[in-house]
Amino acid sequence: MRRIGVFVCHCGTNIAATVDVKTVAKTLGKEPAVVYATDYPYMCSEAGQNIIKDAIKEYQLEGVVVCSCSPRMHEATFRKMVAAAGLNPYMLEIANIREQCSWIHKDMQQATIKAIVLGRAAIAKVLLNAPLTAGESPVIKRALVIGGGIAGIQTALDIADAGYPVDIVEKEPTIGGKMTQIDKTFPTLDCSSCILTPKMVECSQNENITIYSYSEIEAVTGFVGNFSVKIRRKARYVDEDKCTGCGLCTEKCPVKNIPDAYNLGLSNRHAAYIPFAQAIPNVALLDSEHCIKLIKGKCGLCSKVCSAGAIDYEQTEKTIEQQYGAIVVATGYNPINIDGYDEFAYSQSKDVLTSLEFERILKADGPTEGHLQRLSDGKQPKALVFVQCVGSRESGSTHGCGKEYCSKICCMYTAKHAMLCREKYPDTDVYVFYIDVRTPGKNYDEFYRRAVEQYGVHYIKGMVGKVAPQADGTLDVQASDLIANEQLHIKADMVVLAAAIEADKTARPLATMLTASMDTNDFFTEAHAKLRPVESPTAGVFLSGACQGPKDIPDTVAQAGAAASKVIGLLAKDKLSCNPCTAHSDELKCNGCSSCANVCPYGAITYEDKDFSRRRDGSLIRRVACVNGAVCQGCGACTVACPSGAMDLKGFATSQIMAEVDAICK
Amino acid sequence: MQVNQEFKPKIVAFCCNWCSYAGADLAGTNRSNYPADVKIIRVPCSCRVNPLFILRAFQRGADGVILCGCHPGDCHYTTGNYYARRRMTLLFSMLDYLGIEKERTRVEWVSAAEGAKFAATMNEFVATVKALGENKRLEDLRCKTQ
Amino acid sequence: MADYKQVVLNASGVNPLKCMRCGKCSGTCPSYDAMEYHPHQFVYMVEKGEIEKLMASKSIYTCLSCFACVERCPRDVEPAKLIEVVRLAVVRQQGRNHLKSEYVPERIDDDLPQQAIVSAFRKYTK
Repeated sequence: MRRIGVFVCHCGTNIAATVDVKTVAKTLGKEPAVVYATDYPYMCSEAGQNIIKDAIKEYQLEGVVVCSCSPRMHEATFRKMVAAAGLNPYMLEIANIREQCSWIHKDMQQATIKAIVLGRAAIAKVLLNAPLTAGESPVIKRALVIGGGIAGIQTALDIADAGYPVDIVEKEPTIGGKMTQIDKTFPTLDCSSCILTPKMVECSQNENITIYSYSEIEAVTGFVGNFSVKIRRKARYVDEDKCTGCGLCTEKCPVKNIPDAYNLGLSNRHAAYIPFAQAIPNVALLDSEHCIKLIKGKCGLCSKVCSAGAIDYEQTEKTIEQQYGAIVVATGYNPINIDGYDEFAYSQSKDVLTSLEFERILKADGPTEGHLQRLSDGKQPKALVFVQCVGSRESGSTHGCGKEYCSKICCMYTAKHAMLCREKYPDTDVYVFYIDVRTPGKNYDEFYRRAVEQYGVHYIKGMVGKVAPQADGTLDVQASDLIANEQLHIKADMVVLAAAIEADKTARPLATMLTASMDTNDFFTEAHAKLRPVESPTAGVFLSGACQGPKDIPDTVAQAGAAASKVIGLLAKDKLSCNPCTAHSDELKCNGCSSCANVCPYGAITYEDKDFSRRRDGSLIRRVACVNGAVCQGCGACTVACPSGAMDLKGFATSQIMAEVDAICK
Repeated sequence: MQVNQEFKPKIVAFCCNWCSYAGADLAGTNRSNYPADVKIIRVPCSCRVNPLFILRAFQRGADGVILCGCHPGDCHYTTGNYYARRRMTLLFSMLDYLGIEKERTRVEWVSAAEGAKFAATMNEFVATVKALGENKRLEDLRCKTQ
Repeated sequence: MADYKQVVLNASGVNPLKCMRCGKCSGTCPSYDAMEYHPHQFVYMVEKGEIEKLMASKSIYTCLSCFACVERCPRDVEPAKLIEVVRLAVVRQQGRNHLKSEYVPERIDDDLPQQAIVSAFRKYTK
């Protein structure tokens, strides 16, 4: 039997006032395995720790029980001390006789008896403790950023700046994301492109950053510090290295009626195209769905005009595999599809727009070259109506596409739109229908007030119930004005709907690949809502930007930087030491049923075919569970799920807990 | 030897490390009283508690067993308490057949901030178990003689 | 008098607390101008328990039961159902029954559908 030492702490009078510590030490000293038991006023003090250290050496102790305060308080202290005395730090158990005994009981006799029982349980457990060593796993010093919007760009730049290589994987042909489509940014009204494009260029020029544009994540395996990722590079039919981005091919391409995604379908582009002038990489690509050469095998005009010889009709998609130590998700958002909202006549009239479409109207490289014009007749609208909360804050099943959350950014961009309209075109009447105006943020409410007070935007508390296109081309907007208590009819020339935003569609399959959790709205869940906002519960996976929830640009950039600092902190380590209290499977008992893997929230369990053949019995290969200690967080869900009792948890083994139960019930 | 006529139940409380064990600590810090009959066993998560532990406790003479975990949705390991809830529902529905009153078992969600709730829960649970009296049915007499 | 608010809530199955007061119901309502109390006020008045005030108002009869407010409410509040129930509450008011069971036999004629008689009992004899 192991040689156990018991050390009872008085904690001044905190314990000693209600627990007879001498009796506890004396009684526990009589337990079969205990070779030494003593008490001391402050066990956590240096003198107290020295008593334990000396006893470990003098009595050759193999296990230590400290009866003191909560292990949440001093377990780490005593573990360190035990290790300093040459014992394995996990050969220590703490009996909580302060928070869970002396502090809650008044009767000394009862409290003393309870302290003895708790001490016995700790002795029973420590007898079965196994020495544990924290495993180590190497860290691959390379990061992956999924998504090349402002969130991904900022994260990549910050990581690269710290000297680590970063790869950006972007599904579109260019990085930049939504911010490239936006005209001006609130609350300062800087031009969005002017602040974004330098960052995009910086990404392409930074030696530490590799951009995989027009690429998607196909598979992710591995764990923190050691991910292996398959990236599918879609065929551009243009050699990225040869193309100079001169744009000749796009001019000569005869197919020119394809809705331009950059302009949200408000204008057309060619089948050979560069998404927009400042695209990074500034490389053309062929739209394989529309290119005549790729469909019918005839044409080839682009190839003829390309002096660089970059056009390659034979190009195929290819998959590359790369190793990473950390992964940052920055998949961003999209406005929801609002076709379901018949009452706003979105699909009936060209002059009913979403806010992002309105950005394109305002922006100089948009379909109207920045002039405020109706798309139906090119006339400048005189009365504009902005409708907020279209699809946000909706619990209804009515439209089927509404979101229960507040989309957060709409109040501000609507104020911005209204302000820009009034600033450039003072002869316009601008109405904003709001339910609440939500402007928490530095200089945000001031911005909104400026729209009202300085620019004379009419803010009306109420909601638009119906937009009806009229024969004269105007739109009849029927709405409530809750403060005036009346129903209004506004003859509007243009209606702009602040559509809710939702997580990008690629996020859900990606979360599955990463075993990262998501909420019901497909936003990634953070490890802790307040204290760990940029980490996913899956170690090594970090969150940046709107993939975690609706966010404006300042918030996104702040979170991107925070995610980068977490990644840098991880990559700066050469090795990760793991929590040694992890699950492990007894392969002789395991029958490979997958029950454990099904309940594991971290995807820490994989299966291997193991050879159990003995010399003469022929071959015997069985599928058995293997726990990755670097990924396992030690919750123990698998131990209970395991039908054959193969799975156990180090530090909280079934036998240990059973021994505690026995000691308590004795 | 007749020491005390009053029935002192043996109560085992399994507490998850992150919420309920911290809640129990807080009950101590606040000096919220509850009977000394309750003895706490620390587990990493409520999902670590095997139904066998509870049966073992009853077998060894426990009069009541309570499992405390984080509130649904707050589990440190994301989903552990949901597994615990499901497993215990299943176990508790079978206890009747073993001759153990359902009231001797309970699952309770106690957060790290709910020291008062922890104490109140324990007081109430101990009172319930006391009213039921000693648990005799599942006690394995072989264990007692040893 | 019975607790009208509870009666209205039970009979309609509507939870006025779900309302976020956006006013889309009133923005939608085609007979808004003919009303003293408008759809969003209906919901709020039920929440406050001012059922009698609603019952006394002519507004409840100007509601066309077109259900546009129900269709477009982003929070699934269903104001039109509340209005319908308040109308019924007026009809069922105790002591104001237009029909007592003992008067029924003399009024039955061969052309009266059976369903109308049953319905009349349901409406008038509470």
